[in-house]
Amino acid sequence: MNALLEVDDLGKRFGGLQAVAALSFTVGEGEILGLIGPNGAGKSTVFNLINGVFTPDGGRVAFRGSDITGQAPYRVARLGLARTHQIVQPFAGMTVLENCTVGACFGREDLSLARAREAAREAAGLVGLENRLQAPALELTIAGKKRLELARALAARPALLMLDEVLAGLNPTEIAHMIGILRAIRGRGVAILMIEHLMQAIMSLSDRIVVLNSGRKLSEGPPAQVARDPAVIEAYLGDPGMVQGRAP
Amino acid sequence: MILRRPFFWLIALTIAVFAAAPRGADVELRESLLLAAVYITLASNLNLMLGYAGYVNFGSIVFFGLGGYFCVYFMGTLGWGLVPAALVAGVAVSAAALVFGWGILRLRGVHFALATIGVNEGVMAFVTNFQPWGGSTGIYLSPELFQPLGGPRQALWIIYYLLVGIMGISLYLSYFVKRSKFGLGLLSIGQNEDAAAVLGVPTPRYKALAYSASAFLPAIAGGLYFFKGAFIQPADAFDLTLSTEAIVITMLGGQGTIVGPALGAYLYEELRGWLLTSETFANFQLVVAGVLLLLIVQFAPDGLMGFFYRRWPRLRRLLE
Repeated sequence: MNALLEVDDLGKRFGGLQAVAALSFTVGEGEILGLIGPNGAGKSTVFNLINGVFTPDGGRVAFRGSDITGQAPYRVARLGLARTHQIVQPFAGMTVLENCTVGACFGREDLSLARAREAAREAAGLVGLENRLQAPALELTIAGKKRLELARALAARPALLMLDEVLAGLNPTEIAHMIGILRAIRGRGVAILMIEHLMQAIMSLSDRIVVLNSGRKLSEGPPAQVARDPAVIEAYLGDPGMVQGRAP
Repeated sequence: MILRRPFFWLIALTIAVFAAAPRGADVELRESLLLAAVYITLASNLNLMLGYAGYVNFGSIVFFGLGGYFCVYFMGTLGWGLVPAALVAGVAVSAAALVFGWGILRLRGVHFALATIGVNEGVMAFVTNFQPWGGSTGIYLSPELFQPLGGPRQALWIIYYLLVGIMGISLYLSYFVKRSKFGLGLLSIGQNEDAAAVLGVPTPRYKALAYSASAFLPAIAGGLYFFKGAFIQPADAFDLTLSTEAIVITMLGGQGTIVGPALGAYLYEELRGWLLTSETFANFQLVVAGVLLLLIVQFAPDGLMGFFYRRWPRLRRLLE
Protein backbone atom coordinates (compact mmCIF):
# COMPACT_ATOMS: atom_id res chain seq x y z
CA MET A 1 0.00 0.00 0.00
CA ASN A 2 1.41 3.40 -0.95
CA ALA A 3 1.60 5.94 1.83
CA LEU A 4 -0.71 8.87 1.16
CA LEU A 5 0.16 10.67 4.36
CA GLU A 6 3.45 10.24 6.19
CA VAL A 7 3.90 11.70 9.63
CA ASP A 8 7.47 11.46 10.84
CA ASP A 9 8.79 12.28 14.32
CA LEU A 10 6.23 15.04 14.83
CA GLY A 11 6.49 17.17 17.99
CA LYS A 12 4.65 20.14 19.46
CA ARG A 13 5.01 21.86 22.82
CA PHE A 14 2.60 24.40 24.32
CA GLY A 15 4.45 26.13 27.15
CA GLY A 16 5.21 23.41 29.66
CA LEU A 17 2.99 20.84 27.98
CA GLN A 18 4.45 18.41 25.47
CA ALA A 19 1.25 17.96 23.46
CA VAL A 20 2.71 15.68 20.80
CA ALA A 21 6.09 13.92 20.92
CA ALA A 22 8.07 11.81 18.44
CA LEU A 23 4.91 10.71 16.66
CA SER A 24 5.20 8.77 13.42
CA PHE A 25 2.56 6.96 11.39
CA THR A 26 1.31 6.63 7.83
CA VAL A 27 -2.06 6.48 6.13
CA GLY A 28 -2.22 4.44 2.93
CA GLU A 29 -4.33 5.07 -0.18
CA GLY A 30 -7.95 4.23 0.55
CA GLU A 31 -7.18 3.22 4.11
CA ILE A 32 -9.18 4.06 7.23
CA LEU A 33 -6.87 4.79 10.14
CA GLY A 34 -8.39 5.34 13.57
CA LEU A 35 -6.68 7.68 16.02
CA ILE A 36 -7.77 6.99 19.58
CA GLY A 37 -6.63 7.86 23.06
CA PRO A 38 -7.86 9.30 26.34
CA ASN A 39 -9.00 12.92 26.55
CA GLY A 40 -6.07 15.28 26.26
CA ALA A 41 -3.91 12.71 24.49
CA GLY A 42 -3.20 15.21 21.71
CA LYS A 43 -5.40 13.79 18.96
CA SER A 44 -6.88 17.08 17.74
CA THR A 45 -3.45 18.69 18.00
CA VAL A 46 -2.15 16.05 15.59
CA PHE A 47 -4.84 17.11 13.09
CA ASN A 48 -3.94 20.75 13.56
CA LEU A 49 -0.27 19.96 12.98
CA ILE A 50 -1.02 17.98 9.83
CA ASN A 51 -3.22 20.56 8.12
CA GLY A 52 -1.17 23.58 9.16
CA VAL A 53 -3.36 25.21 11.80
CA PHE A 54 -0.36 24.77 14.12
CA THR A 55 3.27 24.69 13.05
CA PRO A 56 5.13 21.71 14.52
CA ASP A 57 8.27 22.27 16.60
CA GLY A 58 9.90 19.35 14.90
CA GLY A 59 9.30 16.49 12.52
CA ARG A 60 7.88 16.24 9.05
CA VAL A 61 4.51 15.77 7.39
CA ALA A 62 4.36 14.58 3.79
CA PHE A 63 1.20 14.28 1.73
CA ARG A 64 1.26 12.43 -1.59
CA GLY A 65 5.03 12.56 -1.52
CA SER A 66 5.44 16.32 -1.02
CA ASP A 67 6.50 17.99 2.20
CA ILE A 68 3.64 20.01 3.71
CA THR A 69 5.16 20.62 7.14
CA GLY A 70 4.03 23.98 8.48
CA GLN A 71 2.23 24.99 5.28
CA ALA A 72 -0.81 27.23 5.62
CA PRO A 73 -4.15 25.36 5.95
CA TYR A 74 -5.48 26.69 2.64
CA ARG A 75 -2.47 25.31 0.77
CA VAL A 76 -2.85 21.92 2.39
CA ALA A 77 -6.56 21.90 1.53
CA ARG A 78 -5.75 22.59 -2.13
CA LEU A 79 -3.59 19.47 -2.23
CA GLY A 80 -6.58 17.30 -1.40
CA LEU A 81 -6.52 17.05 2.36
CA ALA A 82 -9.87 17.96 3.92
CA ARG A 83 -10.94 17.91 7.55
CA THR A 84 -13.86 18.40 9.87
CA HIS A 85 -13.77 20.07 13.28
CA GLN A 86 -14.63 18.55 16.61
CA ILE A 87 -16.68 21.66 17.35
CA VAL A 88 -18.65 22.31 14.18
CA GLN A 89 -17.69 25.49 12.32
CA PRO A 90 -20.49 26.15 9.83
CA PHE A 91 -20.77 29.46 7.97
CA ALA A 92 -23.90 30.17 9.97
CA GLY A 93 -25.31 32.90 7.78
CA MET A 94 -24.92 30.94 4.55
CA THR A 95 -27.16 28.22 3.18
CA VAL A 96 -26.21 24.55 3.21
CA LEU A 97 -25.52 24.74 -0.52
CA GLU A 98 -23.29 27.81 -0.14
CA ASN A 99 -21.36 26.16 2.68
CA CYS A 100 -20.66 23.13 0.52
CA THR A 101 -19.87 25.29 -2.51
CA VAL A 102 -17.04 26.95 -0.56
CA GLY A 103 -15.58 23.51 0.05
CA ALA A 104 -15.89 22.54 -3.60
CA CYS A 105 -14.62 25.85 -5.01
CA PHE A 106 -11.41 25.93 -3.04
CA GLY A 107 -10.75 22.21 -2.82
CA ARG A 108 -8.50 19.92 -4.75
CA GLU A 109 -10.00 20.50 -8.18
CA ASP A 110 -10.16 24.31 -8.03
CA LEU A 111 -13.60 24.22 -9.65
CA SER A 112 -15.44 27.13 -11.21
CA LEU A 113 -18.43 28.42 -9.28
CA ALA A 114 -20.96 26.61 -11.49
CA ARG A 115 -19.13 23.27 -11.37
CA ALA A 116 -18.55 23.73 -7.64
CA ARG A 117 -22.32 24.01 -7.09
CA GLU A 118 -22.75 20.64 -8.77
CA ALA A 119 -20.06 19.07 -6.61
CA ALA A 120 -21.67 20.71 -3.57
CA ARG A 121 -25.10 19.24 -4.38
CA GLU A 122 -23.54 15.84 -4.83
CA ALA A 123 -21.71 16.04 -1.50
CA ALA A 124 -24.84 17.26 0.28
CA GLY A 125 -26.75 14.36 -1.24
CA LEU A 126 -24.14 11.89 -0.05
CA VAL A 127 -24.70 12.92 3.58
CA GLY A 128 -28.48 13.17 3.22
CA LEU A 129 -28.83 16.96 3.19
CA GLU A 130 -30.26 17.15 -0.33
CA ASN A 131 -33.58 18.45 0.98
CA ARG A 132 -32.02 21.23 3.06
CA LEU A 133 -29.89 22.88 0.38
CA GLN A 134 -31.47 26.32 0.77
CA ALA A 135 -31.71 26.19 4.57
CA PRO A 136 -29.43 28.57 6.49
CA ALA A 137 -26.74 26.52 8.23
CA LEU A 138 -27.68 27.94 11.63
CA GLU A 139 -31.11 26.33 11.37
CA LEU A 140 -29.71 22.80 11.23
CA THR A 141 -29.75 20.49 14.24
CA ILE A 142 -26.45 19.35 15.76
CA ALA A 143 -26.64 16.17 13.71
CA GLY A 144 -27.38 18.26 10.64
CA LYS A 145 -24.42 20.56 11.32
CA LYS A 146 -22.15 17.53 11.73
CA ARG A 147 -23.33 16.22 8.39
CA LEU A 148 -22.81 19.67 6.85
CA GLU A 149 -19.27 19.74 8.22
CA LEU A 150 -18.68 16.40 6.52
CA ALA A 151 -20.38 17.42 3.26
CA ARG A 152 -18.31 20.59 3.07
CA ALA A 153 -15.11 18.59 3.43
CA LEU A 154 -16.31 16.00 0.90
CA ALA A 155 -17.27 18.62 -1.65
CA ALA A 156 -13.57 19.39 -1.98
CA ARG A 157 -13.17 15.86 -3.39
CA PRO A 158 -10.22 15.13 -1.13
CA ALA A 159 -7.82 12.22 -1.32
CA LEU A 160 -7.66 12.14 2.48
CA LEU A 161 -10.41 13.10 4.87
CA MET A 162 -9.57 13.83 8.50
CA LEU A 163 -12.61 13.44 10.74
CA ASP A 164 -12.52 14.82 14.26
CA GLU A 165 -15.27 13.09 16.25
CA VAL A 166 -18.02 13.20 13.66
CA LEU A 167 -20.06 10.76 15.77
CA ALA A 168 -19.88 12.63 19.06
CA GLY A 169 -23.18 14.09 20.21
CA LEU A 170 -25.30 12.00 17.84
CA ASN A 171 -28.05 9.60 18.92
CA PRO A 172 -27.87 5.88 17.99
CA THR A 173 -30.01 6.29 14.85
CA GLU A 174 -27.90 9.20 13.67
CA ILE A 175 -24.72 7.27 14.43
CA ALA A 176 -25.90 4.32 12.36
CA HIS A 177 -26.70 6.70 9.51
CA MET A 178 -23.31 8.42 9.78
CA ILE A 179 -21.46 5.10 9.79
CA GLY A 180 -23.28 4.20 6.60
CA ILE A 181 -22.12 7.51 5.09
CA LEU A 182 -18.52 6.86 6.13
CA ARG A 183 -18.58 3.42 4.51
CA ALA A 184 -19.95 4.98 1.33
CA ILE A 185 -17.15 7.56 1.35
CA ARG A 186 -14.58 4.86 1.74
CA GLY A 187 -16.21 2.98 -1.10
CA ARG A 188 -15.25 5.94 -3.31
CA GLY A 189 -11.59 5.37 -2.55
CA VAL A 190 -11.16 8.28 -0.15
CA ALA A 191 -8.71 7.54 2.66
CA ILE A 192 -9.91 8.49 6.13
CA LEU A 193 -8.00 9.44 9.27
CA MET A 194 -10.48 9.60 12.09
CA ILE A 195 -10.52 10.54 15.75
CA GLU A 196 -13.35 8.86 17.61
CA HIS A 197 -14.35 8.02 21.13
CA LEU A 198 -17.02 5.52 20.17
CA MET A 199 -14.96 2.36 20.35
CA GLN A 200 -17.40 0.01 18.71
CA ALA A 201 -17.69 2.31 15.72
CA ILE A 202 -14.00 2.97 15.27
CA MET A 203 -13.02 -0.64 15.85
CA SER A 204 -15.39 -1.82 13.13
CA LEU A 205 -14.61 0.94 10.63
CA SER A 206 -10.82 1.14 10.87
CA ASP A 207 -8.27 -0.95 9.02
CA ARG A 208 -5.66 0.04 11.56
CA ILE A 209 -5.64 1.93 14.84
CA VAL A 210 -3.04 4.26 16.35
CA VAL A 211 -3.37 4.75 20.11
CA LEU A 212 -2.11 8.03 21.53
CA ASN A 213 -1.40 8.73 25.18
CA SER A 214 0.08 11.99 26.48
CA GLY A 215 1.11 12.90 22.97
CA ARG A 216 3.05 9.69 22.33
CA LYS A 217 2.18 6.63 20.32
CA LEU A 218 1.24 3.86 22.69
CA SER A 219 0.27 1.17 20.24
CA GLU A 220 -0.44 0.60 16.57
CA GLY A 221 -2.00 -2.20 14.58
CA PRO A 222 -5.23 -3.86 13.46
CA PRO A 223 -8.18 -3.14 15.79
CA ALA A 224 -8.30 -6.61 17.35
CA GLN A 225 -4.59 -6.57 18.15
CA VAL A 226 -4.66 -3.06 19.61
CA ALA A 227 -7.63 -3.94 21.82
CA ARG A 228 -5.63 -6.79 23.38
CA ASP A 229 -2.49 -4.72 23.95
CA PRO A 230 -1.84 -4.59 27.73
CA ALA A 231 -0.41 -1.06 27.50
CA VAL A 232 -3.61 0.16 25.83
CA ILE A 233 -5.81 -1.52 28.40
CA GLU A 234 -3.77 0.06 31.14
CA ALA A 235 -4.07 3.53 29.62
CA TYR A 236 -7.80 3.07 29.46
CA LEU A 237 -8.09 1.52 32.91
CA GLY A 238 -11.22 2.74 34.58
CA ASP A 239 -12.67 3.07 31.13
CA PRO A 240 -14.32 -0.34 30.74
CA GLY A 241 -15.92 0.65 27.44
CA MET A 242 -12.60 -0.05 25.78
CA VAL A 243 -12.43 -3.64 26.93
CA GLN A 244 -16.07 -4.40 26.39
CA GLY A 245 -16.16 -2.63 23.03
CA ARG A 246 -18.78 -0.14 24.13
CA ALA A 247 -18.86 3.61 24.30
CA PRO A 248 -17.03 5.02 27.30
CA MET B 1 -27.42 36.09 -19.02
CA ILE B 2 -26.52 39.05 -16.84
CA LEU B 3 -29.18 41.02 -18.70
CA ARG B 4 -31.83 38.74 -17.23
CA ARG B 5 -30.92 39.63 -13.66
CA PRO B 6 -33.28 42.26 -12.19
CA PHE B 7 -30.36 43.78 -10.39
CA PHE B 8 -28.59 44.72 -13.59
CA TRP B 9 -31.56 46.84 -14.61
CA LEU B 10 -32.00 48.27 -11.13
CA ILE B 11 -28.46 49.68 -11.25
CA ALA B 12 -28.99 50.91 -14.81
CA LEU B 13 -32.18 52.63 -13.68
CA THR B 14 -30.42 54.24 -10.70
CA ILE B 15 -27.72 55.60 -12.99
CA ALA B 16 -30.32 56.89 -15.43
CA VAL B 17 -32.25 58.67 -12.66
CA PHE B 18 -29.08 60.27 -11.32
CA ALA B 19 -28.06 61.35 -14.81
CA ALA B 20 -31.45 62.68 -15.85
CA ALA B 21 -32.80 64.25 -12.65
CA PRO B 22 -30.91 67.55 -12.45
CA ARG B 23 -31.56 69.43 -15.68
CA GLY B 24 -30.47 72.87 -16.78
CA ALA B 25 -30.30 75.25 -13.88
CA ASP B 26 -31.17 72.84 -11.10
CA VAL B 27 -27.74 73.09 -9.51
CA GLU B 28 -28.95 72.50 -5.99
CA LEU B 29 -30.41 69.09 -6.81
CA ARG B 30 -27.25 68.25 -8.74
CA GLU B 31 -25.05 69.05 -5.76
CA SER B 32 -27.19 66.93 -3.47
CA LEU B 33 -27.14 63.99 -5.88
CA LEU B 34 -23.41 64.44 -6.40
CA LEU B 35 -22.87 64.03 -2.70
CA ALA B 36 -25.19 61.01 -2.70
CA ALA B 37 -23.15 59.50 -5.56
CA VAL B 38 -19.95 60.02 -3.54
CA TYR B 39 -21.55 58.45 -0.48
CA ILE B 40 -22.77 55.46 -2.52
CA THR B 41 -19.30 55.02 -4.02
CA LEU B 42 -17.61 55.15 -0.62
CA ALA B 43 -20.14 52.90 1.09
CA SER B 44 -20.35 50.31 -1.71
CA ASN B 45 -16.60 49.88 -1.78
CA LEU B 46 -16.33 49.89 1.99
CA ASN B 47 -18.92 47.11 1.90
CA LEU B 48 -16.46 44.82 0.08
CA MET B 49 -14.40 44.77 3.26
CA LEU B 50 -16.99 45.46 5.94
CA GLY B 51 -19.94 43.52 4.60
CA TYR B 52 -18.30 40.75 2.57
CA ALA B 53 -15.02 39.97 4.36
CA GLY B 54 -16.19 41.18 7.79
CA TYR B 55 -13.31 43.59 8.34
CA VAL B 56 -14.21 47.01 9.75
CA ASN B 57 -12.23 49.64 7.89
CA PHE B 58 -12.51 52.85 9.89
CA GLY B 59 -9.97 54.65 7.75
CA SER B 60 -11.42 54.02 4.30
CA ILE B 61 -11.33 57.76 3.66
CA VAL B 62 -7.58 57.54 3.14
CA PHE B 63 -8.31 56.07 -0.33
CA PHE B 64 -10.53 59.03 -1.19
CA GLY B 65 -8.09 61.63 0.12
CA LEU B 66 -4.97 60.06 -1.35
CA GLY B 67 -6.74 59.67 -4.69
CA GLY B 68 -7.61 63.35 -4.49
CA TYR B 69 -4.01 64.31 -3.82
CA PHE B 70 -2.60 62.21 -6.65
CA CYS B 71 -5.13 63.52 -9.12
CA VAL B 72 -4.74 67.17 -8.13
CA TYR B 73 -0.95 66.81 -8.23
CA PHE B 74 -0.96 65.12 -11.64
CA MET B 75 -3.16 67.87 -13.05
CA GLY B 76 -1.79 70.91 -11.30
CA THR B 77 1.93 70.17 -11.35
CA LEU B 78 2.38 67.69 -14.16
CA GLY B 79 -0.33 69.13 -16.40
CA TRP B 80 -2.23 65.89 -17.08
CA GLY B 81 -5.83 65.78 -18.25
CA LEU B 82 -8.61 64.94 -15.78
CA VAL B 83 -9.32 61.40 -16.96
CA PRO B 84 -5.75 60.05 -17.04
CA ALA B 85 -4.97 61.83 -13.76
CA ALA B 86 -7.97 60.30 -11.98
CA LEU B 87 -7.34 56.82 -13.44
CA VAL B 88 -3.66 56.77 -12.54
CA ALA B 89 -4.57 58.08 -9.08
CA GLY B 90 -6.92 55.10 -8.71
CA VAL B 91 -4.24 52.63 -9.78
CA ALA B 92 -1.62 54.22 -7.51
CA VAL B 93 -3.85 54.19 -4.43
CA SER B 94 -4.99 50.65 -5.18
CA ALA B 95 -1.38 49.50 -5.42
CA ALA B 96 -0.51 51.26 -2.16
CA ALA B 97 -3.51 49.58 -0.52
CA LEU B 98 -2.28 46.18 -1.68
CA VAL B 99 1.07 46.80 0.04
CA PHE B 100 -0.52 48.14 3.24
CA GLY B 101 -3.10 45.38 3.11
CA TRP B 102 -0.52 42.58 3.27
CA GLY B 103 0.71 44.14 6.48
CA ILE B 104 -2.33 45.18 8.46
CA LEU B 105 -4.62 42.36 7.35
CA ARG B 106 -2.70 40.03 9.61
CA LEU B 107 -4.61 41.78 12.35
CA ARG B 108 -8.18 40.92 13.18
CA GLY B 109 -11.20 42.52 14.78
CA VAL B 110 -10.59 45.61 16.85
CA HIS B 111 -6.87 45.55 16.10
CA PHE B 112 -7.51 45.78 12.38
CA ALA B 113 -10.01 48.60 12.87
CA LEU B 114 -7.46 50.56 14.91
CA ALA B 115 -4.75 49.91 12.33
CA THR B 116 -6.95 51.36 9.57
CA ILE B 117 -7.29 54.57 11.57
CA GLY B 118 -3.53 54.47 12.01
CA VAL B 119 -3.00 54.21 8.25
CA ASN B 120 -5.21 57.24 7.67
CA GLU B 121 -3.53 59.32 10.39
CA GLY B 122 -0.08 58.20 9.23
CA VAL B 123 -0.75 59.16 5.62
CA MET B 124 -2.21 62.48 6.77
CA ALA B 125 0.87 63.22 8.87
CA PHE B 126 3.08 62.36 5.91
CA VAL B 127 1.17 64.56 3.48
CA THR B 128 1.07 67.44 5.97
CA ASN B 129 4.86 67.42 5.93
CA PHE B 130 5.31 66.64 2.25
CA GLN B 131 6.24 69.93 0.57
CA PRO B 132 5.72 68.84 -3.09
CA TRP B 133 2.05 68.43 -2.12
CA GLY B 134 1.91 71.79 -0.37
CA GLY B 135 2.34 70.50 3.17
CA SER B 136 -0.32 71.67 5.59
CA THR B 137 -1.60 74.43 3.27
CA GLY B 138 -2.46 71.98 0.51
CA ILE B 139 -2.69 72.53 -3.25
CA TYR B 140 -4.76 75.12 -5.10
CA LEU B 141 -5.63 74.45 -8.72
CA SER B 142 -5.75 77.26 -11.24
CA PRO B 143 -9.22 77.92 -12.72
CA GLU B 144 -7.45 77.62 -16.07
CA LEU B 145 -7.63 73.85 -15.63
CA PHE B 146 -11.40 73.94 -16.16
CA GLN B 147 -10.94 75.42 -19.64
CA PRO B 148 -10.26 72.13 -21.48
CA LEU B 149 -13.63 70.91 -20.15
CA GLY B 150 -15.48 73.92 -21.56
CA GLY B 151 -15.24 76.31 -18.63
CA PRO B 152 -16.19 75.96 -14.96
CA ARG B 153 -19.95 75.69 -15.52
CA GLN B 154 -19.73 72.83 -17.97
CA ALA B 155 -16.86 71.22 -16.06
CA LEU B 156 -19.06 70.81 -13.00
CA TRP B 157 -21.62 68.95 -15.07
CA ILE B 158 -18.92 66.71 -16.57
CA ILE B 159 -17.55 65.93 -13.10
CA TYR B 160 -21.06 65.15 -11.94
CA TYR B 161 -21.65 62.68 -14.78
CA LEU B 162 -18.26 61.08 -14.20
CA LEU B 163 -19.03 60.62 -10.50
CA VAL B 164 -22.41 59.08 -11.35
CA GLY B 165 -20.51 56.71 -13.65
CA ILE B 166 -18.09 55.80 -10.85
CA MET B 167 -21.09 55.20 -8.58
CA GLY B 168 -22.60 52.86 -11.18
CA ILE B 169 -19.33 50.96 -11.62
CA SER B 170 -19.10 50.63 -7.81
CA LEU B 171 -22.54 49.03 -7.69
CA TYR B 172 -21.73 46.66 -10.56
CA LEU B 173 -18.45 45.78 -8.87
CA SER B 174 -20.29 44.92 -5.65
CA TYR B 175 -22.64 42.77 -7.68
CA PHE B 176 -20.02 40.91 -9.69
CA VAL B 177 -17.78 40.33 -6.71
CA LYS B 178 -20.67 38.93 -4.71
CA ARG B 179 -21.62 36.51 -7.47
CA SER B 180 -18.06 35.34 -8.10
CA LYS B 181 -15.84 32.71 -6.58
CA PHE B 182 -13.76 35.52 -5.09
CA GLY B 183 -16.90 36.89 -3.44
CA LEU B 184 -17.85 33.50 -2.05
CA GLY B 185 -14.38 33.26 -0.54
CA LEU B 186 -14.73 36.74 0.99
CA LEU B 187 -18.15 35.94 2.43
CA SER B 188 -16.80 32.75 3.98
CA ILE B 189 -13.95 34.76 5.52
CA GLY B 190 -16.55 37.13 6.92
CA GLN B 191 -18.41 34.22 8.48
CA ASN B 192 -15.50 32.28 9.94
CA GLU B 193 -12.01 33.00 8.72
CA ASP B 194 -10.33 29.97 10.26
CA ALA B 195 -12.88 27.57 8.84
CA ALA B 196 -12.54 29.26 5.45
CA ALA B 197 -8.78 28.73 5.46
CA VAL B 198 -9.20 25.07 6.38
CA LEU B 199 -11.52 24.67 3.38
CA GLY B 200 -8.84 26.11 1.12
CA VAL B 201 -9.78 29.78 0.80
CA PRO B 202 -6.46 31.66 0.34
CA THR B 203 -7.36 34.11 3.07
CA PRO B 204 -4.33 36.47 3.09
CA ARG B 205 -4.43 36.97 -0.69
CA TYR B 206 -8.21 37.41 -0.83
CA LYS B 207 -8.27 39.93 2.00
CA ALA B 208 -5.46 41.98 0.48
CA LEU B 209 -7.14 41.91 -2.93
CA ALA B 210 -10.46 43.02 -1.43
CA TYR B 211 -8.74 45.83 0.45
CA SER B 212 -6.98 46.91 -2.71
CA ALA B 213 -10.11 46.63 -4.88
CA SER B 214 -12.08 48.68 -2.35
CA ALA B 215 -9.52 51.48 -2.77
CA PHE B 216 -9.67 51.91 -6.55
CA LEU B 217 -13.02 53.60 -7.19
CA PRO B 218 -13.03 55.75 -4.02
CA ALA B 219 -9.61 57.05 -5.08
CA ILE B 220 -10.95 58.04 -8.49
CA ALA B 221 -14.00 59.62 -6.84
CA GLY B 222 -11.65 61.55 -4.55
CA GLY B 223 -9.73 62.78 -7.58
CA LEU B 224 -12.90 64.07 -9.25
CA TYR B 225 -14.25 65.53 -6.02
CA PHE B 226 -11.17 67.55 -5.13
CA PHE B 227 -10.65 68.66 -8.72
CA LYS B 228 -14.19 70.02 -8.56
CA GLY B 229 -13.28 72.13 -5.51
CA ALA B 230 -9.94 73.08 -7.15
CA PHE B 231 -8.39 72.80 -3.69
CA ILE B 232 -7.15 70.03 -1.43
CA GLN B 233 -5.67 70.13 2.05
CA PRO B 234 -4.89 67.33 4.54
CA ALA B 235 -7.68 68.17 6.99
CA ASP B 236 -10.34 67.80 4.25
CA ALA B 237 -8.77 64.89 2.40
CA PHE B 238 -8.27 62.63 5.41
CA ASP B 239 -11.30 63.65 7.49
CA LEU B 240 -12.34 60.63 9.55
CA THR B 241 -15.89 62.05 9.68
CA LEU B 242 -16.52 60.85 6.14
CA SER B 243 -15.09 57.41 7.02
CA THR B 244 -17.46 57.14 9.93
CA GLU B 245 -20.38 58.29 7.80
CA ALA B 246 -19.55 55.59 5.25
CA ILE B 247 -19.78 53.00 8.02
CA VAL B 248 -23.10 54.37 9.27
CA ILE B 249 -24.44 54.31 5.70
CA THR B 250 -23.34 50.74 5.08
CA MET B 251 -24.75 49.53 8.37
CA LEU B 252 -27.98 51.47 7.88
CA GLY B 253 -28.62 50.03 4.43
CA GLY B 254 -27.44 46.56 5.32
CA GLN B 255 -23.83 45.39 5.34
CA GLY B 256 -23.05 42.57 2.97
CA THR B 257 -26.04 43.28 0.72
CA ILE B 258 -25.56 44.81 -2.72
CA VAL B 259 -28.41 47.33 -2.57
CA GLY B 260 -27.96 48.26 1.08
CA PRO B 261 -25.11 50.78 0.81
CA ALA B 262 -26.91 52.64 -1.98
CA LEU B 263 -30.17 52.77 -0.05
CA GLY B 264 -28.35 53.80 3.13
CA ALA B 265 -26.39 56.49 1.28
CA TYR B 266 -29.51 57.99 -0.24
CA LEU B 267 -31.37 58.02 3.07
CA TYR B 268 -28.39 59.38 4.95
CA GLU B 269 -27.87 62.17 2.43
CA GLU B 270 -31.56 63.12 2.71
CA LEU B 271 -31.35 63.09 6.50
CA ARG B 272 -28.16 65.10 6.45
CA GLY B 273 -29.64 67.66 4.09
CA TRP B 274 -32.65 68.05 6.35
CA LEU B 275 -30.55 68.34 9.51
CA LEU B 276 -28.22 70.89 7.93
CA THR B 277 -31.11 73.16 6.96
CA SER B 278 -33.13 72.68 10.14
CA GLU B 279 -32.68 75.47 12.70
CA THR B 280 -32.84 73.18 15.70
CA PHE B 281 -30.39 70.60 14.42
CA ALA B 282 -27.74 72.64 12.62
CA ASN B 283 -24.39 70.85 12.74
CA PHE B 284 -26.14 68.10 14.58
CA GLN B 285 -25.78 65.46 11.87
CA LEU B 286 -22.88 63.62 13.44
CA VAL B 287 -24.65 63.24 16.76
CA VAL B 288 -27.61 61.81 14.90
CA ALA B 289 -25.30 59.56 12.88
CA GLY B 290 -23.74 58.29 16.08
CA VAL B 291 -27.07 57.53 17.70
CA LEU B 292 -28.23 55.91 14.47
CA LEU B 293 -25.17 53.64 14.42
CA LEU B 294 -25.76 52.61 18.03
CA LEU B 295 -29.37 51.75 17.31
CA ILE B 296 -28.52 49.75 14.18
CA VAL B 297 -25.75 47.76 15.85
CA GLN B 298 -27.99 47.04 18.82
CA PHE B 299 -31.31 46.28 17.16
CA ALA B 300 -30.80 45.67 13.45
CA PRO B 301 -27.26 44.53 12.68
CA ASP B 302 -28.41 43.49 9.21
CA GLY B 303 -29.65 46.99 8.42
CA LEU B 304 -32.67 47.87 6.31
CA MET B 305 -32.07 45.38 3.50
CA GLY B 306 -31.40 42.65 6.03
CA PHE B 307 -34.74 43.43 7.59
CA PHE B 308 -36.53 43.42 4.21
CA TYR B 309 -34.89 40.15 3.18
CA ARG B 310 -35.96 38.44 6.38
CA ARG B 311 -39.46 39.77 5.94
CA TRP B 312 -39.67 38.85 2.25
CA PRO B 313 -37.12 36.10 1.47
CA ARG B 314 -38.08 36.17 -2.22
CA LEU B 315 -36.75 39.69 -2.46
CA ARG B 316 -33.28 38.44 -1.62
CA ARG B 317 -33.32 35.98 -4.48
CA LEU B 318 -34.46 38.75 -6.78
CA LEU B 319 -31.89 41.35 -5.79
CA GLU B 320 -28.81 39.54 -4.54
